[in-house]
Amino acid sequence: MIKKYGIKQLSIFLENRKGRLLEVTKAIRDASINIRALALAESAEFGILRLVVNNPEKAKSVLSSAGFTLREQDVFAVEVPDEPGSFYNVVKVLSEADINIDYTYAFVGGGSKAVLIFKVPSQMLEAALDALEKAGVRLVEPMFFYD
Amino acid sequence: MWNQIEGAPREELERLQLKRLQDTVQRVYHLVPFYKNKFDELGIRPDDVRSLDDLQRLPFTTKQDLRDHYPFGLFTVPLDQVVRIHSSSGTTGKPTVVGYTRHDMKVWTEVMARTMSMVGVGPQDVVHNAYGYGLFTGGLGFHYGAEKVGAAVVPSSGGFTKRQLLLMKDFGATILCSTPSFALHMAEVAKDEGYDLERDFKIRAGFFGAEPASEGLRQALRDEWGLIYIEAYGLSEIIGPGVAAGCPYGHLHVFEDHFIPEVIDTDTGQVLPDGSEGELVFTTVTKQALPIIRYRTKDITVLRREPCKCGRTLTIMESVKGRADDMLIVNGVNVFPSQVEHVLTKVEGVTPNYVIVLDKKGVLDKLEVWVEVDDRTFADGIGALEQLKTKLQQEMLNDLYINVRIKLVEPKTLERSMGKAKRIIDKREAEGLQK
Repeated sequence: MIKKYGIKQLSIFLENRKGRLLEVTKAIRDASINIRALALAESAEFGILRLVVNNPEKAKSVLSSAGFTLREQDVFAVEVPDEPGSFYNVVKVLSEADINIDYTYAFVGGGSKAVLIFKVPSQMLEAALDALEKAGVRLVEPMFFYD
Repeated sequence: MWNQIEGAPREELERLQLKRLQDTVQRVYHLVPFYKNKFDELGIRPDDVRSLDDLQRLPFTTKQDLRDHYPFGLFTVPLDQVVRIHSSSGTTGKPTVVGYTRHDMKVWTEVMARTMSMVGVGPQDVVHNAYGYGLFTGGLGFHYGAEKVGAAVVPSSGGFTKRQLLLMKDFGATILCSTPSFALHMAEVAKDEGYDLERDFKIRAGFFGAEPASEGLRQALRDEWGLIYIEAYGLSEIIGPGVAAGCPYGHLHVFEDHFIPEVIDTDTGQVLPDGSEGELVFTTVTKQALPIIRYRTKDITVLRREPCKCGRTLTIMESVKGRADDMLIVNGVNVFPSQVEHVLTKVEGVTPNYVIVLDKKGVLDKLEVWVEVDDRTFADGIGALEQLKTKLQQEMLNDLYINVRIKLVEPKTLERSMGKAKRIIDKREAEGLQK
């Protein structure tokens, strides 16, 4: 399941200082990498930029050699109808299967669909995918994000 | 053991020290006006030195004295007998200049050969010397010692880390000489470049000095490089590296047939008994060009005169805990940067690279430590990183008894040292609030 639905997400550690976000986004643009989804978590002093991109391997090597601290991890994505209660339904399935959600972010896809991205503890990833599949939630394959 | 004197009975050693001390006192009294004036002021004649205990009656020499007599004012020989001149960088004032006669060079080479012999360095070894060559005594000091014992020396000097790694691998270097922080930097770069430290390198021992290193940093170097850690202690004012060296049992032995050590109370100048912590003072007893009486090193240590398992009877000095200069007083508590470093090496998830920033908040001192988040253990979560900060703050409080603010910074953003690391930014001084 992980092999089929695991999506490579890059997390980048950023000091909270002027221009740092500009530097990382410029490095991504200069390498012609397309960002498919992103979320930024921040504390007073530092932030973590999480990205799903069209070419994770290339992004990883470009950012790493530009001196950014990063970590690659598996997340998963589900596609839901863009209507009230969809997010609730997915969270409910995970909750009933006793899966902790580390964090989640979403974007509205084309038409009437929305895509939700979830990060769960790695040892729970397989169980999460199982539970969602059994509940009939539509899992998104990585090809949707990658080239 | 390179020289049997290192394991001679104390009486024999002390007889030799006294004879040499008496010669040195005569020499400086009659040849250096600075010393004649100091002795006269204290009412001491060279003939008054009848035992080693009389050493404590003699005047001190400070770095400022060397600066005041820039460049050659304390030399006892004309320049035609000098074959080498070294100098400090002079970043904090006039440079301090030291000179060597041909005999001084022989002594220096001898004590460096003794240092090298601590792990039996010899013709079978390739010594990669990454200490800076030039005015700094580190590079040439190790060079001469390694040549003396017959090793092949690679005089790579500092910088160009990637090229150094290539040479170390291709030449099959067995011995590494460098500052501890640079050796750690080399290990990091090597891993980034895809080397396998164990498979690609044959380094069996390293000679580390020129800056204090915490036990954690030492252990990191042992683990990363798989080497025996040998400490090399010295300072250019006395001769350069080779004043003391670590034996395989981890004891730093002072080559006291050439340099007599004392430990004093920094404030009163009184000599402290063995086992007490204080400022290290050296008197050179064989130097010709620039003999120095009771030089105040500002290094804080403890001396112990007891035989060592390695067979040496030479005085043991503890690793320098810090410099009287480096000691920070934070809201009345003494803090050495090496203590901060030690905490960092105990906690997973950060590198031992740090910068200490001192500032004032109202009347109180505020100490901030910038630490690098380790590339390999970066946890993807604000909570995990905040926990790391809290853990570091607690450990600092436990070990240092002060509240420290931790700031996490990106890896490899803090300056790596080729020579000595710049680890302290004291904004209090800049504002004239201290000293």
